[in-house]
Amino acid sequence: MSTAQSTTNQVPSSLARSLSGLWSGLKELAELIWSSPTAVIGLTIVLAWVFVAIFAPVISAHTPLEQDYKNVNKGPSPTHILGTDQLGRDVWARVAFGARTILSLGPISVFVAFLVGLALGLPAGYYRGWVDEVVMRVLDSLMAFPTILLYMIIISALGASPINVVIAIAIGGAPGIARLVRALTMDIRTREYVAAAKLRGDNDLIIMLREILPNCRGPLIVDFLLRIGYAAFYIGTLGFLGLGLPPPTPDWGGMVQEGHSRMTANIWPVLSATLAIVTLVIGLNLFADGVREESMRYQ
Amino acid sequence: MDESPILSVKNLAVSYKTRKGEVDAVRDVTFDIQRGENLGLVGESGCGKSTAAYSLVNFLGPNGHITRGEVLFKGESLRGRSESDLRKLRGADISMVYQEPMSALNPSMRIQDQLAESLITHRGVGKKNAYAESLEALKKVYMPDAEGVMTRYPHQLSGGQQQRVVIAMAMLNNPSLLIMDEPTTALDVTVEAAVLDLIAELQRKYNTAALYISHNLGVVARVSDKVAVMYAGEIVELASTREIFHNPMHPYTMGLMRCLPDVDAPKGTRTLYPIPGRVPSPANLPHGCIFAPRCEQVRGECTVDHPSLIEMEPGHQVRCLRRPQDWQEVRRLWSISAETSLNLATGPEREKPAPETVLNLEAAKVYYPVPFETIGGLFGLEKRRFVRAADEVSFSVQRGRTLGIVGESGCGKSTVAKAIVGLEPLHQGKIDFLNVDISHPLHKRGIESIRELQMVFQDPNGVLNPSYTIGEQIAFSLRRFHTVPPHQVRAEVERLLHAVKLDESYYNRLPRQLSGGEKQRVGIARAISTNPAMIVCDEPVSALDVSVQAAVLNLLLEIQNTQNTTMILISHDLSSVRFFSDEVAVMYLGRIVEIGPCEAIYAPPNHPYTTALLAAVPRPDPEAPASTVRLGGRVPSAVNPPSGCRFHTRCPFKIGAICEQEEPACLDLGHGHRIYCHLTPDKLIH
Repeated sequence: MSTAQSTTNQVPSSLARSLSGLWSGLKELAELIWSSPTAVIGLTIVLAWVFVAIFAPVISAHTPLEQDYKNVNKGPSPTHILGTDQLGRDVWARVAFGARTILSLGPISVFVAFLVGLALGLPAGYYRGWVDEVVMRVLDSLMAFPTILLYMIIISALGASPINVVIAIAIGGAPGIARLVRALTMDIRTREYVAAAKLRGDNDLIIMLREILPNCRGPLIVDFLLRIGYAAFYIGTLGFLGLGLPPPTPDWGGMVQEGHSRMTANIWPVLSATLAIVTLVIGLNLFADGVREESMRYQ
Repeated sequence: MDESPILSVKNLAVSYKTRKGEVDAVRDVTFDIQRGENLGLVGESGCGKSTAAYSLVNFLGPNGHITRGEVLFKGESLRGRSESDLRKLRGADISMVYQEPMSALNPSMRIQDQLAESLITHRGVGKKNAYAESLEALKKVYMPDAEGVMTRYPHQLSGGQQQRVVIAMAMLNNPSLLIMDEPTTALDVTVEAAVLDLIAELQRKYNTAALYISHNLGVVARVSDKVAVMYAGEIVELASTREIFHNPMHPYTMGLMRCLPDVDAPKGTRTLYPIPGRVPSPANLPHGCIFAPRCEQVRGECTVDHPSLIEMEPGHQVRCLRRPQDWQEVRRLWSISAETSLNLATGPEREKPAPETVLNLEAAKVYYPVPFETIGGLFGLEKRRFVRAADEVSFSVQRGRTLGIVGESGCGKSTVAKAIVGLEPLHQGKIDFLNVDISHPLHKRGIESIRELQMVFQDPNGVLNPSYTIGEQIAFSLRRFHTVPPHQVRAEVERLLHAVKLDESYYNRLPRQLSGGEKQRVGIARAISTNPAMIVCDEPVSALDVSVQAAVLNLLLEIQNTQNTTMILISHDLSSVRFFSDEVAVMYLGRIVEIGPCEAIYAPPNHPYTTALLAAVPRPDPEAPASTVRLGGRVPSAVNPPSGCRFHTRCPFKIGAICEQEEPACLDLGHGHRIYCHLTPDKLIH
């Protein structure tokens, strides 16, 4: 009776504890970001783009697909604040909706890349020996390809679609992540708390996931942020090469590709999309750098 | 002779910038160092010793700076000097010796170039003369084979030789002041003893003033003329070395001495009194006397008034509200209570049950394969070579008793520990534990053998997973071994926390919120959570401050007394081994050279290696006679151990060819006391 009671009492209390733990963790992170001007500037830029992406239908008067045949290839005007493209589509609307594409595909592809990188890097660093040899040699050969060539091969083999962009970026990013995870694992596996886990008879999977992985999180979070920046950049490049999202999906890289031949006549579609990519990548990189520098200070 | 002090520091305060604002790490520090005088600066870690010393030459890094006070070097102020002025001064007139010799030397430069560089830049000596002078300097520090050492790189020297080079470098320009920051802490006791001899002799010979930072009272007793005890950024007591050790007047100084195990006192004859609590962070210092929260003799006024450093007796300054006569009374009471508590501890002789062997090692070998040097090795063309980390180690441990294993670093102590618990595979030999053969690695052992054999680790910072709360980490073990039903896990964790003298509020704390000693207690709680028959403690206190060491040793002793746990204590510190062990094994280069009851090991006859180890222990008594038995050289490589007796290359009592050719037979002196040496027992009493 009394034991049953204590169990039921423990559930809400442990929930409250983990919530308060999460809260204090977030507060600490916010403090850390706040004390670095670089991170604050970067985060502001990124949040501005997130805002644009979420409220795209509200803040643009047109949809990205509607065509205004009377105004084709025009500069900014009161009805089209950033002008129109060669099909008379509103450039601001396409930029705003394009933010949705890049801000969803970027993090998703990096997340997938992390899953692959962790699955390869953790065992390689933990077991060393032949597991390490095999995994790392395969990844080395993958890394020997120039990144952009690798993407082109994958996309042309699989076809252009959002899922295939995710797959391409995941395959291209996984080796670097696996190397980072492997290096962290090789360091952490020599710690005494890992030895203590072995002395409890814990199996290797539990040791990797429960003892090692959580302690890699600092460098991995910074790497994750940096890689979203790279991903945004590569999604843009793929779009420019015509390997991004199939038209007429609003896509920043695609906008540059479609507009660059008419650049002398109308620079607005190219300029807007380029600036969009540049500011987003700079924002993400500043944020990642700021977080990294601030977390390494005072040590 | 010049009467004015070489260095005079007045009301020095240093602060650091942190994310939470400025923090005063050092406050109101005042001392003088006369020509040829050695001032020891002692205290626990975090007391501001290094900060105070480094601030003198503005070596604090970008976050630290002097906020108040004056630093006079030869009568001139050092504060506000330009960086280039100070750079000229450092290395020329003020020299520094750091803790890690390897990081003080440039690994990519030959020794001669590093030494000469300092002469060429500071004194503009010509290259040829600079080399000649450098060689001279190496000879001054008694470097064996000085000519050979000149052309070597730092990694080709042993730790002791490296530190000699650093000292030679520091002495090159005949500095007026030498600042030494824990110069022997990273060295083995045997090497430490030799380096301390050297420092003492150089000072006598060249009359250099020195500021010597150390946490080790024994070391300071050997080299210093005057001692300043620092606590939480303030000097709490300053007097001549003799006065400090024989007539301490500040409770912190007394506490530091009461918590030291004595290498000359057998198990059960001495109690250790740890200082409760921990050094406060400079960001939130207590009101009144800063030591009040940890002082056992605290009175009402102590938490209100901040005492200033006053001269209680001529040349003896103390920062305490109490007067010397008060302390005489306190010490009288202490000695009475020590006797009674000891009587209680030893009490009526514990009746000894019939000895039961818990662990037995038979010719256990742990070899690590050396990586192949040629590609032929992959195809079996190269002979496999091994690092013989532990070679034919045999011993047994009885239930409820402690076996201490001592030796220098690299002699295989930790390897043996890891092989026993199963973290390292056994190359050959046999380990029996509770009559079960556990010669195989962990994943092939039964869960019961794993549960019964637990370990306490060395590094308090690595022992707990930083991602989980204390409670969760202890609970992992409880759940794994189903020690208690699931709904009682929390209660059991709290019981274990109480058992290691922590309260249940620690359940939800993260490791980084704990001090080193507290982390080590949690490590012990985790080890005892499975009710093991045996705990292997690998250097459990060597990374802790002295005041905390005592508490952890007392705790381990209590666990052994109440639960009859069998223990193995691995340590390089012969004092704590004596405090805690019933039997002792002395290891050298993977082999046991002497094993026997604790009392037999700490008294002659001994193996020459044991004699040297015992002679090297720094004793916290300035009048302790300095021993003459010193070991030279370094531990040879375990890939190619010397033939015959492995100790013959360093043995001060080597007989001759027999030592190089024949492995010494076992010399059985009765009561399980065995020595592996060619000398006859009567010659082993040195």
